[in-house]
Amino acid sequence: SPFGWDSKFTQQELPACKPILTPKWVISVFLLVGVIFVPIGVASLLASNKVVEIVDRYDDACVPSNVTNKLAYIQNSTISKTCRRTLKVPKDMKQPIFVYYQLNNFYQNHRRYVKSRNDQQLRDASKANETTLCDPEKTRDGMAIVPCGLIAWSTFNDTYTFQHNTNNLSIDKTDISWKSDRDHKFGSDVFPKNFQKGPLIGGKTLNESIPLSEQEDLIVWMRTAALPTFRKLYGRIYVDLKENDTITVTLDNNYNTYSFDGKKSLVLSTSTWLGGKNDFLGLAYLTVGGLCFFLAFAFTLLYLIKPRKLGDNNYLSWNRNSAGH
Amino acid sequence: MSTVDPLLLSSSGSADSPSKHTAPARPSVGSLNCLCRADSCSSSVYEDCDTASVNFADEGDAIPRHCPEESDVSRVAERFQSADSHFFHRLSVECSQKERQRKISWGGVMEMQRSPSSLEVGVVSSSKEKPNRPPRGRNKSSHFEDLFSSEQEHDPRLIHINDPVRTNDRYEFTGNEIRTSKYTLITFLPKNLFIQFHRLAYVYFLVIAALNQLPPLAVFGRTASLFPLLFVLFVTAIKDGYEDWRRHRSDRNENNREALVLQHGDFRSKKWKHICAGEVVKIHSNETMPCDMVLLGTSDPNGIAYIQTMNLDGESNLKTRYARQETVTMISHSSYLGLIKCEQPNRNIYEFTATMELNNQRIPLGQSNIVLRGCQLKNTEWIIGVVVYAGQETKAMLNSTISRSKSSNLESYMNRETLWLSAFLLITCSVVATGMGVWLFKNTKNLDALPYYRRKYFTFGRENRKDFEFYGLALEIFFSFLSSVIIFQIMIPISLYITMELVRVGQSYFMIGDTRMYDSSSGSRFQCRSLNINEDLGQIRYIFSDKTGTLTQNKMEFQQASIYGRNYGSSLQVTSDSSHEITIAESSSQHDRKPKSEINVDALLLALLKQPLFGEERLAAHDFFLTLAACNTVIPVSTGGSPDLTNEVSEVGAIDYQGESPDEQALVIAASAYGYKLVERTTGHIVIDVQGERIRLDVLGLHEFDSVRKRMSVVVRFPDDTVKVLVKGADTSMLSILRTRNHDGLFDSLHAKTIETTENHLSSYSSEGLRTLVIGSKYLSNEEFSEWQERYEEASTSMTERSAKLRQAAALVECDLTLLGATGIEDKLQDGVPEAIESLRQAGIKVWVLTGDKQETAISIGLSCRLLTQGMHSIIINGSSEIECRSLLADAKAKFGIKSADLGKQDVEDLHNGDVSKLRSSNGQASESGIQNFQLTGVIANDKSVNIEESPNFDDAELALIIDGNSLVYILEKDLESELFDLATSCKVVICCRVAPLQKAGIVDLIKSRTSDMTLAIGDGANDVSMIQMADVGVGICGQEGRQAVMASDFAMGQFCFLKRLLLVHGHWNYQRMAYMILYNFYRNAVFVLMLFWYILHTAYSATLALTDWSSVFYSLIYTSVPTVVVGILDKDLSHNTLLYYPRLYEAGLRNEGYNMTLFWITMLDTLWQSLVLFYVPFFTYNISTMDIWSMGSLWTIAVVILVNIHLAMDIQRWVLITHLAIWGSIAATFLCMVLIDSIPIFPNYG
Repeated sequence: SPFGWDSKFTQQELPACKPILTPKWVISVFLLVGVIFVPIGVASLLASNKVVEIVDRYDDACVPSNVTNKLAYIQNSTISKTCRRTLKVPKDMKQPIFVYYQLNNFYQNHRRYVKSRNDQQLRDASKANETTLCDPEKTRDGMAIVPCGLIAWSTFNDTYTFQHNTNNLSIDKTDISWKSDRDHKFGSDVFPKNFQKGPLIGGKTLNESIPLSEQEDLIVWMRTAALPTFRKLYGRIYVDLKENDTITVTLDNNYNTYSFDGKKSLVLSTSTWLGGKNDFLGLAYLTVGGLCFFLAFAFTLLYLIKPRKLGDNNYLSWNRNSAGH
Repeated sequence: MSTVDPLLLSSSGSADSPSKHTAPARPSVGSLNCLCRADSCSSSVYEDCDTASVNFADEGDAIPRHCPEESDVSRVAERFQSADSHFFHRLSVECSQKERQRKISWGGVMEMQRSPSSLEVGVVSSSKEKPNRPPRGRNKSSHFEDLFSSEQEHDPRLIHINDPVRTNDRYEFTGNEIRTSKYTLITFLPKNLFIQFHRLAYVYFLVIAALNQLPPLAVFGRTASLFPLLFVLFVTAIKDGYEDWRRHRSDRNENNREALVLQHGDFRSKKWKHICAGEVVKIHSNETMPCDMVLLGTSDPNGIAYIQTMNLDGESNLKTRYARQETVTMISHSSYLGLIKCEQPNRNIYEFTATMELNNQRIPLGQSNIVLRGCQLKNTEWIIGVVVYAGQETKAMLNSTISRSKSSNLESYMNRETLWLSAFLLITCSVVATGMGVWLFKNTKNLDALPYYRRKYFTFGRENRKDFEFYGLALEIFFSFLSSVIIFQIMIPISLYITMELVRVGQSYFMIGDTRMYDSSSGSRFQCRSLNINEDLGQIRYIFSDKTGTLTQNKMEFQQASIYGRNYGSSLQVTSDSSHEITIAESSSQHDRKPKSEINVDALLLALLKQPLFGEERLAAHDFFLTLAACNTVIPVSTGGSPDLTNEVSEVGAIDYQGESPDEQALVIAASAYGYKLVERTTGHIVIDVQGERIRLDVLGLHEFDSVRKRMSVVVRFPDDTVKVLVKGADTSMLSILRTRNHDGLFDSLHAKTIETTENHLSSYSSEGLRTLVIGSKYLSNEEFSEWQERYEEASTSMTERSAKLRQAAALVECDLTLLGATGIEDKLQDGVPEAIESLRQAGIKVWVLTGDKQETAISIGLSCRLLTQGMHSIIINGSSEIECRSLLADAKAKFGIKSADLGKQDVEDLHNGDVSKLRSSNGQASESGIQNFQLTGVIANDKSVNIEESPNFDDAELALIIDGNSLVYILEKDLESELFDLATSCKVVICCRVAPLQKAGIVDLIKSRTSDMTLAIGDGANDVSMIQMADVGVGICGQEGRQAVMASDFAMGQFCFLKRLLLVHGHWNYQRMAYMILYNFYRNAVFVLMLFWYILHTAYSATLALTDWSSVFYSLIYTSVPTVVVGILDKDLSHNTLLYYPRLYEAGLRNEGYNMTLFWITMLDTLWQSLVLFYVPFFTYNISTMDIWSMGSLWTIAVVILVNIHLAMDIQRWVLITHLAIWGSIAATFLCMVLIDSIPIFPNYG
């Protein structure tokens, strides 16, 4: 029996593989890693370079130059905040072109913020009054707010419309959220109630006749970002753009990032197998791969110049120590 | 001569005091001690002559034959040896001075029981404690405080015989119910929790979990945060509960046993648990004592009972106990009356002090009158006794204290590093708290407006414009600190404690299962009795070993004899003439478990004995074997189980020889093999079956062995009315009293020649490691006999200085002896002992032998097991006074240039870490004066033993220290400890002989308290228990001497030589595995914590976790724990063959190479770098992207799990299938768990 008295197992003599880091092994492992990593790095860099990305920061630009108190300006709901931006396409952009908004210095991962939601309420119409954890945006006049909590309250509410060579460029705003979110997290029978009816309006107001599962901007927003600088998908444009084309963006600059020096940008980007534009990964792969090649080379040199016998007793600790004393 | 084993009670009925009471009924001639009247004994029992003995304990072993005259008492003792009559005068002076001084050394307690009447003078000295001795500060003193102190004398325990009601009326004596279990059903939960929370780690767990329940700090969900603590508590509680249930079961069995108790005038059976003090109990043969009882009467008319104390002290031979003669009559009249005043319960099993008031008579009661719980009655039909201590107050129960739980060395290092980790934890938390403070301060104005902060409620109603979970800057900083403690809690690797226990269980499984540590002869496997110190086995620096039964087999074997100047049974003769050799299988005379002893019988000698009784040589052989058979205290017991000894003699070998000394047993068995069969022994006569013919010898007197005379003699009257004295004794004491003249008063050249050849034989015997005895005899003329008899009877009845007088009487007959021959008895070494010791020493372990044996024996064993080698310098310390010891120590230190520990410890270390094999070659001359002298005579001047001229270079000399128990009394008591420590640690070998059990512990403590080195004690008998418990690691040998040592040990095994494999292989593995596992655990948790920490720097210092609650709980419980455990159990850095072949590999543990501060800090730096990569590669990859927090958290979780598992994989030295499964399985399990967690819709990261 394999576990019985006197078996190989109990005598600790199971067949075993005892890898010893001989120079050949080490060098070949480093070489192998280098051989694998460098092409990946190159491919990633190439893919990243293929991505065409237009980033337009508009938070400052969309405030009229005569306004000194930006906070007051953005909080004043009576002023029309429509703003027009012109973007130039640097390279040919193949559809689909993703439209993102990017916020800087917005701590969606702050503990107070992340917690301030109630997933039960979002999913289940019968749990509409379930507002635990939603503080400080829980109820209005004693009535539960649906969707409650800071996250929903602060949903991004700038809007963009695009014109391409005088033609309206339609933005497809469907399917911008995760399907699982729409199907399981946000109920199709849960409708907004008492939302943004308080004295302070934080962001987007929701159409009370549309169920939460179809409020895709909300769903996108509520998938909170991991880092304080993030992008969120606004929509897609299914039109190929040519180099030097001009795109006019008409936007409503509603969202208040001025209170915390947050930046707002509009991003148009194509995508590749790797996703968006990011040189870091390619560079990282290249660096590690290069380092491995270097080490392999260095060890080979060391091995050739000053080879060491395998299993040399002189390097055992007691021999070393007694020699040292 | 080996009656010296101090644990033994003199079992010969002939010489013990109670038998004196039988005297009036017997003829005065032919019985011993018989003229002593009953009341005369009372005062002599304990004080008879502790007196002289006080100071010259036992240095006799090394007494020089010619020593200068000194006033020191020890010198007096030496002179006594030469029967200088002047001595007696001196002695008695000394005696009277010290008569009332009840001296003790803490080491000598065990010798007490011999005091009643044995002539033993030497040992008694160290046996009694001055009542007002100030308590010692050291822990060993606790052992002595139990002794009957003077205060207790004023508060005696009153036992009314057969009146339990009255007995228990005034005092709250415990019943006889015993309880070794810790819990009951009701107390289990609170008590177990209480005990569990003694572990700081659990308290930490609890505090963290409690903190997390506070609303502002609720980082984790409630269940998630409580889960780890509850899990750990639950598992431990189950384990404790099971163990306690087993204890309950055995308690119940014990308590429900039945005994016959006198109830309403009749002995009726009663459950043990209902017996109480004062009741009269009757025990039949082979039954176990239910409690401690004073004997009232036995089936023997003289009131003798034989008991086996194996359960108590591990001795397997029978001991005699006596009922007082006064009480024996009580039995016959069935009138149980009387009052016993005895000391309060204590754990000293070798002492009992009480008096009995009976008919207005005060009768003293001593150790020989009490039978203790756990002993078995043997060879006695029944006994009746009165219960004095019951239940938990019995000496057996008081001695069975639950051994303290030990924690391993590595664990204490680990705890030290845990403190560093705590500091680290505090730093990270402070960083977070400071960051939070700065951030809040900078954004003070915005806090209401920040969409992701919103300090105030902004809805109307009850909470209108109030702060929401904002308590002001200071409190916010504080809370931020606490929440980061909660988040970073696993920086302190709590799960490590559980992992370590699991790993130890696994390691134990393999140690137990190792077939190479299986003793097939006794069928005993290796046992792990303690689960906390496996890894200590890899770091042992000192081994303290018992000798008898541990190094040796404790099977004495008669090997060689020199009769009338001719050597028989030498190996040469046997090999050259093997065809003539007959092997007689003696039927088992030993304990059941012992194999039948076989004796090699020399054909030549057998042939000689077959010749008719004629000729000097033939007569000498006859007397030689008669002496072997007669001159001893062995009791022949027929194996039929009947105490009636007048069995058919024809049943050859149906006799079991019970004696206190295995040497004597061996001699008697040997004599019986040569046809001189001891058949019967009473106080009055001995019956010996000489080749089919029964000879009855009347015993006229018996002088027991004592350590001053070092011989024993018996005066017998032969059937032909001749009176002869038969003597056997140590060569040192015998050779000086042999006759030099023949009957005509002329120099007997023939006899002198015999002596010379015998001496040569003796020296060759002892160089072979045999224990030697010299046999002599003498015809007593009528005048001599009557003179002796007069003196003897006077001495026996004497109330004062009886021992001295008896010695005087002995000196009358023990002189001018005719040498008959000498014997060589072998105490066989166990298999593989020399090799094991050699390997252990190569491994850098110092082996110390602590033995109760005498110096010569210890040295000869030391030689035969290669502890001592010819090239060694020996330092012998056997002083008999404090001053002497001090000067001996100082001399030795000066001679060998040993510096004091505090000054030159490094040098000393270097000295004994030096090359073991380097032998001193230059100074061969010097070494000869040490060891070789020993072998020859066993005598060395006790202070000038190292009489070597100043040697220029002692640094590379190997030193051996031989020290005896008597010196240790002075050294350990008198602040000479540090001197001894310096000396002992600079010696390669230390042999302590004649040490008492508690001294053994004291020596272990000497090392333990002064160094951080790990100590291991190994022994097999009850006398090793204290040492085993004192040492860091206690190893018990499941030998012949009962289970006491095993019960007290941490590990138990069948043979000494397994120690080599245990330490060099398993110890090394355990240490390496555990050390790596601890480091890895630190790494694993720190990487995780740092990863969380970096993230918090990017969340505006708010304590946000990207991971889900459950992932962070599962990280150390599920995701990464299994590979840790598997590697901790299975990984091997080197194969067992390599480890055994190169013992020096063991030094890795001694050098703390597996785990030390440097490694810890390297690991921490590694952790820092790895966590940075781990965090920032995904960070930069997904910075400015649509990545959401939960996806990112999952990414980090998987990354960290893969990272730590790959890290582990890279460190694994030996991949077996299970390791593969564990590592890759863990990564797969992590994926699975994450998928499962993410598919539960109520979690925020669902999807």
